[in-house]
Amino acid sequence: MSGGPVRTTSAIRMEGIDKYFGPIAANRGASLDVAPGEIHALVGENGAGKSTLMRILGGLMKPDAGRVEIQGRDVTGWSTNEAIAAGIGIVHQHFMLVPTLTVAENLVLGSEPTRNGVLDYARAAASVQSLSAETGLKVDPARKVADLSVGEAQRVEILKVLFRGAKILVLDEPTAVLSPPEVRELWTVLRGLRDKGDTIVLITHRLDEVVDLSDTITVMRAGTTVARIRTAETTPAEIAKAMVGREVSLSAGKRVAPSAAVESRSNRGLEVRNLAIRGSRGNRVVDGVSFAVRPGEILGIAGVEGNGQTELIEGLAGLREVAEGQILIDAVDITSKRVDERHDEGLSHIPEDRLRRGLILEYSIADNLILGLGKTFTRNYVIEQQAVLTNAGEQISSFDIRPPDAALAARALSGGNQQKVVIAREMSRGFSVLLASQPTRGVDVGAIEFIHQRLLEARAAGKAILLVSAELNEVLALSDRIAVMYRGKFAVVMPASEASEEVLGEYMIGTKKGAA
Amino acid sequence: MSASVTAERKPSRFATAAWRERAEEALLPPLVALLVALICGDLLILSYGQSPLEVYSLLIEGTWGNAYGFGQVLYKATTLTFTGLAVSFGLRAGLFNIGGESQLAAGGFAAALAGLALPGTTPLILALPLCIIAAGAAGGLVGAVPAILKTRFGAHEVIVTIMLNFIVLAFLNWMIAEHLHVPETLHTPEIRAGALPRLADMFPAFHGSAANLAMIVVLAVAIAVWFYLFRTSGGYGLRAVGLQPDAAEYGGISVGRVWLKALTVSGVIAGMGGINYVLGYKHYYEDGFAAGAGFLGIAVALVGRSNPFGVIIAAFFFATLSQGGLAIHAFVPKQMMDVLQAVVILAVAMSVPEVRRVLRGSRRRSDA
Repeated sequence: MSGGPVRTTSAIRMEGIDKYFGPIAANRGASLDVAPGEIHALVGENGAGKSTLMRILGGLMKPDAGRVEIQGRDVTGWSTNEAIAAGIGIVHQHFMLVPTLTVAENLVLGSEPTRNGVLDYARAAASVQSLSAETGLKVDPARKVADLSVGEAQRVEILKVLFRGAKILVLDEPTAVLSPPEVRELWTVLRGLRDKGDTIVLITHRLDEVVDLSDTITVMRAGTTVARIRTAETTPAEIAKAMVGREVSLSAGKRVAPSAAVESRSNRGLEVRNLAIRGSRGNRVVDGVSFAVRPGEILGIAGVEGNGQTELIEGLAGLREVAEGQILIDAVDITSKRVDERHDEGLSHIPEDRLRRGLILEYSIADNLILGLGKTFTRNYVIEQQAVLTNAGEQISSFDIRPPDAALAARALSGGNQQKVVIAREMSRGFSVLLASQPTRGVDVGAIEFIHQRLLEARAAGKAILLVSAELNEVLALSDRIAVMYRGKFAVVMPASEASEEVLGEYMIGTKKGAA
Repeated sequence: MSASVTAERKPSRFATAAWRERAEEALLPPLVALLVALICGDLLILSYGQSPLEVYSLLIEGTWGNAYGFGQVLYKATTLTFTGLAVSFGLRAGLFNIGGESQLAAGGFAAALAGLALPGTTPLILALPLCIIAAGAAGGLVGAVPAILKTRFGAHEVIVTIMLNFIVLAFLNWMIAEHLHVPETLHTPEIRAGALPRLADMFPAFHGSAANLAMIVVLAVAIAVWFYLFRTSGGYGLRAVGLQPDAAEYGGISVGRVWLKALTVSGVIAGMGGINYVLGYKHYYEDGFAAGAGFLGIAVALVGRSNPFGVIIAAFFFATLSQGGLAIHAFVPKQMMDVLQAVVILAVAMSVPEVRRVLRGSRRRSDA
């Protein structure tokens, strides 16, 4: 199991790292030992302390205790500049590029080659070109970053750290926004870099990626390191167990045959006719979409982010103006109804961004559990405190929200528990149609399993569910039918039984187009 | 899923932690601000060659130490509570109402007009509500303008309320100077109805102080505001909009309607503050009576952390400083109190999140 004593000097060696934020320990005795020239996966649930450990490595934070060594040199508590100079390159989850500048300009930012005090653009472009050729990270140096796809932008991020001479690369959730073919391309590049002698640390919570790519795995739980395993000697189930601390079913309960409850000819459920929604720049981000989701059915929408899924859901939920078309719930036209009126018609909505939309972070769990349910809990405009608390107690125990304290602010919960609050609330209203947008985003393995179970229960109870997810596995495992959204339109709608990652992937990046 | 039945016993421990955090958040910034102000005050007093202890004891003596001084503090705190509540109401919805000064003046003006228009025989039980309604309506009218401009055209309420202060105050000045003044003065004739009894009428010790029964009204308003904010669905929605408008919208709360309501009601509360001077003290409207109490309401709201009861305490604090300035004038300039006020405001504005972070960090280390 354990990696044993490493003969050569470790590329990174972190030991006994403590880091506190107020009373909360982000790291407690965490350790990491990365051999030179390997791909090392750092895995763990949300809030396990992976990002904090990497921030300490990159000099963005100083540890409260512990020791950091790079190639045998003690660098504990160094600065970001020292880290960069020593060849540490961190590729963040969120891109940090200047959209109005070109690729080449972004890369040389901070170390611009100049001639007579003016940016020597030709030289910058040339050096970018050669680095690009050397690493296989293909990107046109003359293009503006704003015009790049997400996958291309990420390549630029990686190029940027390599350009600064990074020999130790840290990638934080690099595949969160990529389509399957883009992921495969990234893997090729990372393997190439490793074979060239670079060291790579990959932070992720997708176990398939870990097994696919890494040489060694470090598992973190609750701020500390619980396992260091050679990838060849383990299985996804074992890694998941180490992450969560118990057995987990990974298959999202591969579904019990197509539900017999689907009433295909009824007009109940959700129906959308020729819906068009304009984006902030006036373009049609949802461009004439028609579909129906019937009771007892899950329609999954796959697609690379930014192809109109967000706007579609917001339009259906009443949070965004609809330019054309009709939305019906149980045959009632709700196109021009307000959010609260849509609730009354039986619409429930798990929003994609729980921190911005789904929760009022300063409100207690109890108060968050009645957001949008005001009418149920008030009499003559006065909130019935006792009813609110009773409701909170019930939801907390049936959704296993931890810690089980109704008075605690939502801000204090972990991502998974925050999402449970949202889902508990949305499932507690009387609804016939559920919009579930990225229901398990940023949620750990244990909670994912739980949330999937709840969605399937709702389906069995005859609810019509529209599921949007960037996780293809999730869409494949839960849906009865799958639509792929590409540039504001449904590129295809197919039964889940005919879909696979490969097939969906081609529709997602637009290489294959079908009749929707 | 293993929904634990034992969950019912656990909450108490967490609840204490949550409450402690909440109390810390509410109380720490003002207390730290007070401490910083005291230190600055010491230095200032020393720079005048006086003893801080003596000056402070004089300050207490001149305010809380005798009935007259205390009556003055009560009077000043009453107006400041009105304006502080007004600003708080807006802040809870995420809006900054800087128009308290003109809303207060408009309210006082309307109260005086109502008091003048009513026959002198109107019983107080009828005249008082009418005058309060007039004051609130006038303040609400001034508050509704930025509310409408914001929801309809997206005009920023800070800009609009600041600008409106000039317009409204100039209008009131013109009304008094050109139409309604008693010759040789800048005030209206005395009101015929609606005058509130002073405290001195009941307790002779308060003789000469302006304290009056408007403070009962403001107490009722404070309780009403607290109840609305924390116990009704409207207050739930209003605070939700103030904290996270996107989440409120998602929850089916109309952000625009909340803004409209919050700014208008904020104006109503500030306007009602006009009764303290007009009905309770002078019994006429005088140009410029607000004298900065509307603006000071912003500081009161900040120090009081936009909590109605915190606002009352903060109002007493600022009223004490203001009255205390007169008491210590013989030893140090009374402007010193303005400096202390400014120090408190700055300290509160800066300390809100930072203080907590620092203190929590140190507690963690002592635990470990």
